[in-house]
Amino acid sequence: MSDSSPALATHNRDLQHHFTTMEQQKDASVMGMWVFLVTEIMFFGGMFAGYMIYRYQYYDAWVEGSQHMDFWWGTINTAVLLCSSLTMALGVRASQLGRRRLTAMFLLITILFGLGFLGIKGIEYHGHWVDQQFPGTNFHFLGPNPRQVELFFSFYWAMTGFHALHVLIGICLVAYIAYHSWRGAYGPDYHNPVENVGLYWHFVDIVWIYLYPLLYLISHKHVSG
Amino acid sequence: MSDHIATKKTYIVVWASLMCLTAATAGSSYLELGRFNIILALVIATCKAMLVALIFMGVKYISQKMTWVVIVAGLFWLFILLALSMTDYISRSWA
Repeated sequence: MSDSSPALATHNRDLQHHFTTMEQQKDASVMGMWVFLVTEIMFFGGMFAGYMIYRYQYYDAWVEGSQHMDFWWGTINTAVLLCSSLTMALGVRASQLGRRRLTAMFLLITILFGLGFLGIKGIEYHGHWVDQQFPGTNFHFLGPNPRQVELFFSFYWAMTGFHALHVLIGICLVAYIAYHSWRGAYGPDYHNPVENVGLYWHFVDIVWIYLYPLLYLISHKHVSG
Repeated sequence: MSDHIATKKTYIVVWASLMCLTAATAGSSYLELGRFNIILALVIATCKAMLVALIFMGVKYISQKMTWVVIVAGLFWLFILLALSMTDYISRSWA
């Protein structure tokens, strides 16, 4: 592209050269993020499908296993994550309005909620480890279906573990955009990174919205057999 | 600008609804409803997921048609994975 192009006279510094307008750039950015999120649906979808099939086959073991989940920590963590989604949404809104300090503040609160979630998850993980509910290396279960309950715990650790990894990555991304927001990198015309990290954060929240009932709730009052 | 900026009130109402639905699903797990426990829990979870997706993620305000295609294709793929896997496992005992 020639530097003398007349279009450059009104060129927004955040408009990359392969886009025609800011609006087109924004639409492409949102769509690209959704394409990525669809791959995430596939990633978690496989684990949900496995969970569903084995729940169908080993129903009693699934009931036994979920009775060893901590109902209150699970419920509190759900609330923590929903609060973090609110502050994230308000953070994105603040960046749409061009209020960079407010954006950074909401993002920092989001990070704190995220860390709180991981902390509570850590307390739970510690309890499961102490109770010898870690499949493979540290597993001991007194009950009629120990091998099948071990499978339940494999799904528990894998699904919540990958979810926690996503929260951790999310915290790093939020910290990155909080810093750049504070430095004034985004404004009302350009805040695609804030928006996309927001989408990622909310997606991870949705995964937990399904993990919470499936692991903690649906069998915790049932009697197996 | 293509941006739709939701009001602060909208977000707070959605968040309050999400908290109420969480309380509802937690409370309903104490009721003995047999197989309806899981159905109720998943219906509530889907309502919560829809609220988060439509309002917090702004899916409701997406104008770009291609993005809609991507989202619907993703959900349709998930439906195929879950539904067709289950039809296989459920019907195996019919032989």
